[in-house]
Parts: sequence; structure tokens; C-alpha cells
Amino acid sequence: MSASLSLILAAAGMIGCGVYLLLERSLTRVLVGLVMLGNGVNLLFLVSGGPAGRAPIVGGDGSPMSDPLPQALVLTAIVISLGTTAFVLAMAYRSWQLTDHDDVQDDVEDAAIRRLAAADEASDSFDLSREDTADDELEAPQDEGRPA
Amino acid sequence: MNALVPLPVILPLLGAGLTLMASREPRLQRAVSTTVLAVVVVIAAILLHQTDAHGPQVIWIGAWKEPLGISLVADRLAALMLLVSAVVTLAVLVYSIGQGMTGDERETPVTIYHPTFLVLSAGVSNAFLAGDLFNLFVSFEILLFASYVLLTLGGTGARIRAGTIYVVVNVLSSTLFLVSIAAVYAATGSLNLAQLAGRLDDLPPSVSLVLQLLLLVTFSIKAAVFPLSFWLPDSYPTAPAPVTAVFAGLLTKVGVYTIIRTQTLLFPSSPLTDVLLWAALLTLVIGILGAVAQSEMKRMLSFTLVSHIGYMVFGVALATTAGYSGAIFYVVHHITIQTALFLVLGLVERRAGSTSLIKLGGLARIAPLLGLLFFVPAMNLAGIPPMSGFLGKVALTDAGLRIGTPLAYAVVAAGMLTSLLTLYAVAKAWNLAFWRTPEQAHETAQHLSDAGRRGRFGQVVQHRDHVHVGAHTYGARDLDEARSILDEDDVSHQDLHQLMEEGSVPSRLPRTMVGATAALVVLSLGLTAVAGPVFGYTGRAAHDLLDRGLYVSSVLSGGSR
Repeated sequence: MSASLSLILAAAGMIGCGVYLLLERSLTRVLVGLVMLGNGVNLLFLVSGGPAGRAPIVGGDGSPMSDPLPQALVLTAIVISLGTTAFVLAMAYRSWQLTDHDDVQDDVEDAAIRRLAAADEASDSFDLSREDTADDELEAPQDEGRPA
Repeated sequence: MNALVPLPVILPLLGAGLTLMASREPRLQRAVSTTVLAVVVVIAAILLHQTDAHGPQVIWIGAWKEPLGISLVADRLAALMLLVSAVVTLAVLVYSIGQGMTGDERETPVTIYHPTFLVLSAGVSNAFLAGDLFNLFVSFEILLFASYVLLTLGGTGARIRAGTIYVVVNVLSSTLFLVSIAAVYAATGSLNLAQLAGRLDDLPPSVSLVLQLLLLVTFSIKAAVFPLSFWLPDSYPTAPAPVTAVFAGLLTKVGVYTIIRTQTLLFPSSPLTDVLLWAALLTLVIGILGAVAQSEMKRMLSFTLVSHIGYMVFGVALATTAGYSGAIFYVVHHITIQTALFLVLGLVERRAGSTSLIKLGGLARIAPLLGLLFFVPAMNLAGIPPMSGFLGKVALTDAGLRIGTPLAYAVVAAGMLTSLLTLYAVAKAWNLAFWRTPEQAHETAQHLSDAGRRGRFGQVVQHRDHVHVGAHTYGARDLDEARSILDEDDVSHQDLHQLMEEGSVPSRLPRTMVGATAALVVLSLGLTAVAGPVFGYTGRAAHDLLDRGLYVSSVLSGGSR
């Protein structure tokens, strides 16, 4: 099967941008990332359908038809991603209503570990020397106790 | 050709439409959804009997010519899963009606609960019956969309936070599924599972390995197999109790089911035993270590859920009749038991205002029935003889020992360890929440909060703007945020003792809620009583899976490849 290189490149570009945006903290950007990712995958479906041809209607002039199945699949995928987009947008809006931003928040385990480390005097990850040595509030907090 | 096969999908969807129209009539909604799910249970039971007696039941939707349309297939495995899931969804529905989260109260007008729940049930049924990959994808989307809505029901802060992670992870895994489907179609020109069974064999091994890994990763995200399980313990506990229960019972098991299906039907010649054994081992051990560390019962159970997925993956990895048979039995056992436990936690939360082990105490004396309802499934989960959890673990251990490779022995040992640590985790929960007196719990909680106030943490937050943690510097705001995230998960800031002194503890629990939970507990015990016939059935199902000719020939009667 021969595949169209330009379609593959376009899909790769979109998926790459999508993954990059997905790693952002703001839910709106994550959403844009998901949409790009989805559309990149839709292009992959067109690749999987093989070379282009005439419209797949029975009884034509006998020249090769394009494969209709991937197109049907892509249509379904587009409809589903429409629903996803609407839902994530609603969630981002709700998050903004509640917290004035739509950043994806830390998960509970991370927050618990952070809190435990901060509360635990014996923990290495809590820098004791600062409490003992300096009462100087203006001291730049990043200076000390940073593991190399 | 069997007209019963599509009904478990169609009926809930029709019911969803009907309940959506009747959103102003809670009583009609309840009647419709209960009836629909009860009928689905009956249909699933009939299908189970038919497939066991007459072989796989197949229907080509819309009577298209054979390899062209969409096929729904109920073989022994699918029929069993269908029946168990239908029974569990019905029990959870009855429970949630008792809880009153279905639109009766003016403050929480959740009229969408019933339609969404029915859509979820339709999606799960469709996933079990799907005869081609794309239909499987669509059924995943159906059940995921319903689960997004159910998980963020009410749109509170904690649920939005949990929902964000859940939705993004699942959309990502769906995208990955689409990539796999595109790749499979490009390589073989078909998406029908029965056709693929023949065509994938002809591919070069390297190509089919890539396809297999793509599908395996996709389904492992859904099934929460380590290291793709990170999303689960964080997103499940915040949802309403019946929602968490049905998710924990069914959604991950749909993932396990699809792993079993694709491994046996599409890639029987490369079982990837070593990779899956490692995944099983890590899932078992790391999951249960997470559970041991938790002081919140819902989170603890979410971690045991992840951990016990490892048992099923272990059975799949062995790729023998005994292994698959044990895995299928374990899936059935685990669906009932995990759902029952989460329902019990819903009851605990209602009775005592919290599921935090720090705040609870003395529940066994205040509510003996509740204690019994927790104790029996908890011991079953840990695998105390002679309950079904023990029998499932014995079957899997036996299958593992028969393989006899060092890695298989290691996973068997990890399974034993996990069983013991599960016992430790649930026994800890039992001791703290049910056995000690509320006064003891109160004293401990007071002591903890005093120590926290006097200790370094309080000082730091009061006197300093910044706190070092590792390589990072966090301001007081971050710490407050961290604490608020933790607190959000809890309903009440008081412990049980304080609530009792105020007299604000409800004295009775709704009978339907207790009844539905008790029904599931009894069902899990019944599974022990009929374990012989059930194992006979799962053995036959596993045999069918490994001898895929039966599946292929009943779907493609014309022999088209």
C-alpha cells in the first residue's frame, strides 16, 4: 500500500503540537491540545484508507474508488470529539467559576506528600537550618538547602 | 442469529431517552430505569444459558451481508460478564434510589442521574458484545461520556478537580485507541474481530507486535494496570458513593475483558507472557502498598482495586486454560465484592459523616449490621477461606505454579504478599473505624490536631512566607491549597464522637440502601456456594477463548476472511 507522505507529515505535526499543549497546566490549552491530537489522528485514518480515488458510489466508470470506511470512521470520531470538547469547555468554565483559574490542580497524593514533608521535622526534604539560623525574613528563600 | 443479543444495549438506551423526557417525574424515572435494568438481567441470564447450551450467539445488525455490517457476539465470556454487570448495575441503581440522589430533593436536582446511569449500562453491555474494534471504541465512548457526567455530578470543587484528570486521561487513551484502530485497518483492511483473527496471523510478526502493544497499552489505561493506573485512586473517591461503586465494579473490568478478548482472539501466538507478568507483579505490589498507606477508606479501596487488577492480568499473562479460567472467575468475584465494599462505605459515610479512619470509631457497636456488611466482603477481598476471593486466588496460584518459570513463581509470591497486605489494610480499617470506641477515636484526633497546631507546621505557616520542600520553595498559599485539597474530600470536619454528642448522627439507614448492599454481599457469598459450577463454566469459557475457531466460525458462517 502506498501512503501519502504529506498526510503523514501533517498528522505528525498536529500530534506533536497536541502533545506539547497537553503538557500545559491550563485546562483550555489542554483542550486545544486534545483537539489537535484528535484531528491529527483523523488524518492518520485517511492515510490508512490508501490512495485517493473517485467517490465511492456503485456503478461508476470502473476507475478505482477511494475507501469509504475510514471516512465513515473519521466522521464518527469527529462527532465524538465535538462532545468531548463541549464537556471539557464546560468543566474549564466551572473550574474558573470556582477558583478563578482553570489550572489542573495537584493530585491529592502530591499535596499530602508536600504537606507531610513540610510538617515532618525529621524529614530531609524539610530544610531545618533555615529555621535555626536565620530570623531574617527578607533572605532569599531559594538560596539555602537546595540539594545539588 | 438471535434477536436477544442487541437488547442489553438497546433497552437501556431507550430507557435513557424515556427517563430524560420524564425528568420532572422522579417516580416514573425510577420505575422505568429499575424495570429496564431488571429486564436486562433476565435477558443476560437467558443469553448465558443459550450460549452455554448452543454456542456463541451472533447478530449482524441491520442484516447487512456478512463481513460488511456490525456484528454483536455473545460467547460464554461475554454472556457471563453481561450477567454479572447487569446484576451489579441493578443493585447499585436500587441503592442510589434509596440514597435519594435522583431528583427528589429540591436542593440537588439531579434529574440527569437516571438517563446517564442507563447510558453507562448500555455502553458497558455494548463493550462486552462488540464484534468489531470500532464498535468497541464507540461503546467505550458511550460509557466514558456517561462516566464523565456521573463523576462531576453537582460540579463541586473536589469533583471538578478529580474529573479534570479523569477526562483528560480517558480522552488521551481513546485517542490512542483510534491510532491503534487506524493502524490495524491500514495493516489488514478490516476491523471485524473474527476477520482480524485470520488476517493478523498473516502479518509479519514485528507489525502484529506493534499493533498488539498499541491495543494493550490502550486497554491497560482503562483497566488501570501499573504504571498506567495513576489516574484511578485520585478520581474515584470524590464521586457519590453509588457512582464510585459502579465505576470500581465495572469500568476497569471492561478494560480487563477487552485485554482478554484481544489477547486470545487476535494475538494468540504471542502472549507476551513476561511483559504481562511483570505488569501483574508491579500492579499487585505497588497498588497494595498504596492502600496500606491510606487513612481514608475510599482511597484505600481504590488502591486495593488497582492492586487486585494485578491478579486478573496474572491469569491473562499465563495464557493457559487454567490461567484464563482463574482470571475470569476473579473478575466475577471482584466485580461483586468491590462494588459491595464501596456501597458499604457510602452507608458508613451517611451514618457517621465521614470515611476517614482518623475520625471514625465504634461503628460496630452503633451499627452492628453495617459492621457485618463491611466485615464479610472485606475478609472476602483479602481471601480468607472458604470465600470466593480465596478460591479465585487458589485457582490463579495453581495456574501459575503449573507454568513453573521463576517469574511465575515470583508473581505467585507477590500474590500471596498482596493477599496478606490486603488483610492488613482491611483489618486496620476494621479496627479503627468499627472496633475502637468513638471516645478513643476522638482522643486520637484531638491529639493529632493539637500536635499539628503546636508543631513545626503551624509555626512555619504563621511566621514565614516560604517553606522549603525538596528543591522547591512553597509559599504559605501553596500549603493552604494542599490542605484544602485534602479537606475537600471529607464531608464533615467533626469526628464521630463530636457528631454523637451533638446528636446529629442519623439513627437509621434507608432500607433500600442496606438491602441493595446486603444483596450484593449475599451474592458474593453465593458465589462461594456455587463455585464448582461457576469454575466449570469459566473453564469452558477459557477453552473457547483459546480455541478461537468456534468464535470465528459462528461469526463468519460464510467463511469469508
